[in-house]
Amino acid sequence: MLGIQLFNEIGSIFRNTPTFALVLETLLLITVIWLLLHRRGGRRLTKEQQDYLIEQYEPEPLVGDTDPDHPLLRTRLVQSRVGKRIVVDGHDCLNLGSHNYLGFLEDNNILEEACKCLRKYGVGSCGPRGFYGTMDVHLDLEDRLAKFMNLEEAIVYSYGFSTVASAIPAYAKRGDIVFVDEAVNFAIQKGLDASRSSIVYFKHNDAKDLERLLLEQEKRDLKNPKKAQKTRRFLVAEGIYMNTGELCPLPELVELRKKYKLRLFLDESVSFGTLGRTGRGLTEHFDVCRDEIDLISAGMEGAMATIGGFCVGSHFIAEHQRLSGLGYIFSASLPPMLTQAAICSLDRFEREPHIFEQLQQKSRQLHCQFERFSKLKLGGDALSPVKHLYLSEKRDSFEAESKLLTQVADKCIERGVAVVPAAYLQNRERQPIRPSLRIAVNRLLEDADISTAFEIIESVSSSVL
Amino acid sequence: MGNVDDDSATFEQSYDCANNRNEKVSTPISNGHIPSHAFVQQKVEGQLSEPELVEEEQNEEQLLLNKHLKFSAPAYTEIRTRSGGLKFKGTSEGSYHPAKQLEANGHATKSGSKCEKFKPSQADGVLSAEQEHYQKTSFEDVPLHTACLTYLGFYLLMILGYINQLLFVPKVATEKGREGYVALYDAFESFYSRYVYRRVRDCWNRPICSVPGDELVLKDRVTDDYGWSFRFTGTETRCLNLGSYNYLGFAAATGACADDSEQRARQKGLAYCSPRSELGNTQLHIDLERLTARYCGVEDAIVFGMGFATNALNLPSLLGPNCLVVSDEKNHASIILGLRLSGATTRVFKHNSMRDLERVLRNGVCYGNPKNGGKPWNKIMILVEGIFSMEGSLVRLPEIIALKKKYKAYLYLDEAHSIGSMGPTGRGVVEYFGADPKDVDILMGTFTKSFGSAGGYIAGSKKLIDFLRTNSHAHCYASSISPPIVQQIYTSMSIIMGEDGTDTGRNKVQQLARNTRYFRRRLAQMGVITYGHEDSPVVPMLVYLFSKIGAVIRTLTTRHIAVVGAGFPATPIMEGRIRFCLSAAHTKEQLDYALDVIDDVSENLGLKYSRKPRDPKIIEY
Repeated sequence: MLGIQLFNEIGSIFRNTPTFALVLETLLLITVIWLLLHRRGGRRLTKEQQDYLIEQYEPEPLVGDTDPDHPLLRTRLVQSRVGKRIVVDGHDCLNLGSHNYLGFLEDNNILEEACKCLRKYGVGSCGPRGFYGTMDVHLDLEDRLAKFMNLEEAIVYSYGFSTVASAIPAYAKRGDIVFVDEAVNFAIQKGLDASRSSIVYFKHNDAKDLERLLLEQEKRDLKNPKKAQKTRRFLVAEGIYMNTGELCPLPELVELRKKYKLRLFLDESVSFGTLGRTGRGLTEHFDVCRDEIDLISAGMEGAMATIGGFCVGSHFIAEHQRLSGLGYIFSASLPPMLTQAAICSLDRFEREPHIFEQLQQKSRQLHCQFERFSKLKLGGDALSPVKHLYLSEKRDSFEAESKLLTQVADKCIERGVAVVPAAYLQNRERQPIRPSLRIAVNRLLEDADISTAFEIIESVSSSVL
Repeated sequence: MGNVDDDSATFEQSYDCANNRNEKVSTPISNGHIPSHAFVQQKVEGQLSEPELVEEEQNEEQLLLNKHLKFSAPAYTEIRTRSGGLKFKGTSEGSYHPAKQLEANGHATKSGSKCEKFKPSQADGVLSAEQEHYQKTSFEDVPLHTACLTYLGFYLLMILGYINQLLFVPKVATEKGREGYVALYDAFESFYSRYVYRRVRDCWNRPICSVPGDELVLKDRVTDDYGWSFRFTGTETRCLNLGSYNYLGFAAATGACADDSEQRARQKGLAYCSPRSELGNTQLHIDLERLTARYCGVEDAIVFGMGFATNALNLPSLLGPNCLVVSDEKNHASIILGLRLSGATTRVFKHNSMRDLERVLRNGVCYGNPKNGGKPWNKIMILVEGIFSMEGSLVRLPEIIALKKKYKAYLYLDEAHSIGSMGPTGRGVVEYFGADPKDVDILMGTFTKSFGSAGGYIAGSKKLIDFLRTNSHAHCYASSISPPIVQQIYTSMSIIMGEDGTDTGRNKVQQLARNTRYFRRRLAQMGVITYGHEDSPVVPMLVYLFSKIGAVIRTLTTRHIAVVGAGFPATPIMEGRIRFCLSAAHTKEQLDYALDVIDDVSENLGLKYSRKPRDPKIIEY
């Protein structure tokens, strides 16, 4: 009885369904079956076929050939202790290339303290922070940095590059959206790659462009509110851009952060210890409350003249990196003597707040002077200790420009001013960067130094270009 | 093995300890045993005789008088699961007095007296590589009831955590000023770190205030709030160091390395504030690269300022989208990050399983890149480590080289832990297996461990290194290595190579090899389960249960031994472990002391899981 009923039922279904639907469903069924069988049957090769393929397989060479004249193979040789002056390839030069903004590399007190530390702890830390690689100096430094920045927590990394590159993927994950200034440095780009979030680049220092992109995103969110509820949004910017020397328009970014509920990460590798009345960076310069920024990261390889980097922020945010900042957990901790050097630098920051004023004044002074090159164009903010000299006339290709700039740099070094073209891996950057000579201002430069440097660069560039 | 106790007992006690600690902090206690209520009771039960206690206390008081040592360890408590307490047996010749070791300070003082001749293991050629691997490597399965208990224990911890989360407001900071934002963290992640990991948080990130040599000095800290936060007591505890990666004992504040480093710092400063590609390239860096190349027996080498970054920032230059990477499942996080950045397709093979590796390689070559319509891969790269840091196992290099040749793959060998610590003259696993370094396409290693410094290198053919010089992220953008750090590497490497005219380096390597064999054999004799190869100085001892990791670390600290533990998520839930890292700086006396204590502790906490027959003979050093 039941069988007949069922049969009738099926029959009625068939009768009541429109023909085109039936055809469609049948086709669908066939496709599914075909797909399943096809997958399973696949392309199974016999053992002989496999062996033949293995014999035939010819991989590409591990690496391609390198041009023996590649500029990165021909690096300059530094032969002295680095300071205001430097011996490069046998020439004693005025140093406009090392990022020793405050001149701490020449400070013998810092060196003494570091050596004392070496005599207490040895050189290496022989372990990651979790496994007996935490020394009291590391905790000291973290404590001091947090207090200096007036934030709850600091976390120290053992390499400047890995600081921001680890910090970003600790928070931003797949499915999140990160809005980034297109001129960010390579370390940030790598951090973004590692996060696997979707990345939206806005025009360099253009808050309007950012707002346009945010509005676009808002529209998308309206279409899919469920997804929008789960998507974290980040905004990443640099305090002073290493690649352009420009200041980031922080107050505008903070406004947008509030309006569109973004989390703002600021990389202050250049601006920490150089901007602001007491060296506390961009936030102090613009008088923005540091709570407005979610996380500040900075390398200690600039103003602090040591190695490593750190992140500071609220306890809620920074602490998270201790369990998920890859470069923090899985790397040996910063050698104690270099940690001590960072503590001593902070001491000087606090003891001599006038050094920042001095540096800013030198930056402005150099900026005024360097704007007057006949064949070179100065880029960057007047206040920034990092400036770029581009060719005034554009050449056919970046390569040609780069070659000319290398010639200028070489001649300058011969004549006693150390300037170097900024090194980029052009093919690995997000977009090629216009070649330039990167100038780093040192607090200890004197008026005479700046004018000598100007004259030499001017005369060299006029003759080469 | 019937004594595998209920997990909750261990957990409860550790909870109690934390509870009682805050009451007792203010009273100066002369040694590590805190007479907390729970423990006083146990002591009575355990009939730890009164005189013994007094004697111990007197001992400690004497030490207190010594101005160098401030012994007081209110921060550390023994965890005991059975009545009977910890009896310290090794009072006769094996006893270890921390104070006695003050002069040693990170140096291997013993010259190898009757040193066994160290042979490359392939030299005798009696066994096939595969047979030899299985003979020398131990991976004992977990007993079934322990496995059940481990899962039970873990879930119990989770359930208790959830209850805790429901009933008590967490003490962590909540986010301020970000109302209406999407939550920053994944809920499980923060739950796990707050309510599970927090219970044993005191066992990690312990601050030290000395050289991480054969001994280290812990800066004691206590928690007043069950692990949410810590507070320093101002006291210090000197411990035997079985946790640092100081394989050859070059972590030292005195001696040739430290002297040279200091001199170099005075001469060249502390940093260059510039990458190698701009104004950070010096003769010292070039010399180090040449020495490293010579050390590894290849044409050229390139050095970087951070070991982690060496993997993470160079793999992307070597690999591209149409590349297949065959990676061991136990590879380090830096390798995994490097692969992620490279965009290559990664296939994982079972740890040290040659059969699985061959299967993956075969499929790779035969079926090509499925995303690319089955076209052949541009390159296939095998990625392995020399010593796997969590497993203590050794790569099966001869077999991998054979497979690599058969399938025309490239081989990337990460020798972070093995360089310096393996092979008769410390040249790593390549030398240990008597292989040709040119058969390994990319030799990578770090300077953090055996060389007692910081940084990493890649060594290989000139063509490879030139390519890296022009394409490596770290070389182009990251700061060049600090002069004293380079000098430390240079001096220690010269010593290992015997270029200082002494045989100190050779002795250190041999001392480490002897220490390793001795320590591993004694552990096996005790009946605890260890993982890995018999010659690997990384010795993981399986404790399985999550809470036992904490129990063992805490108890060993009261006995002045510092060790490292690893549990979920660093290892599978099943495989909580304690990891010992041996060093050439350890003397036999120190090891004997440690072994006696470990024996005692594992008896007490029920860690003797092994069902293998035990070697009845006395193991000779």
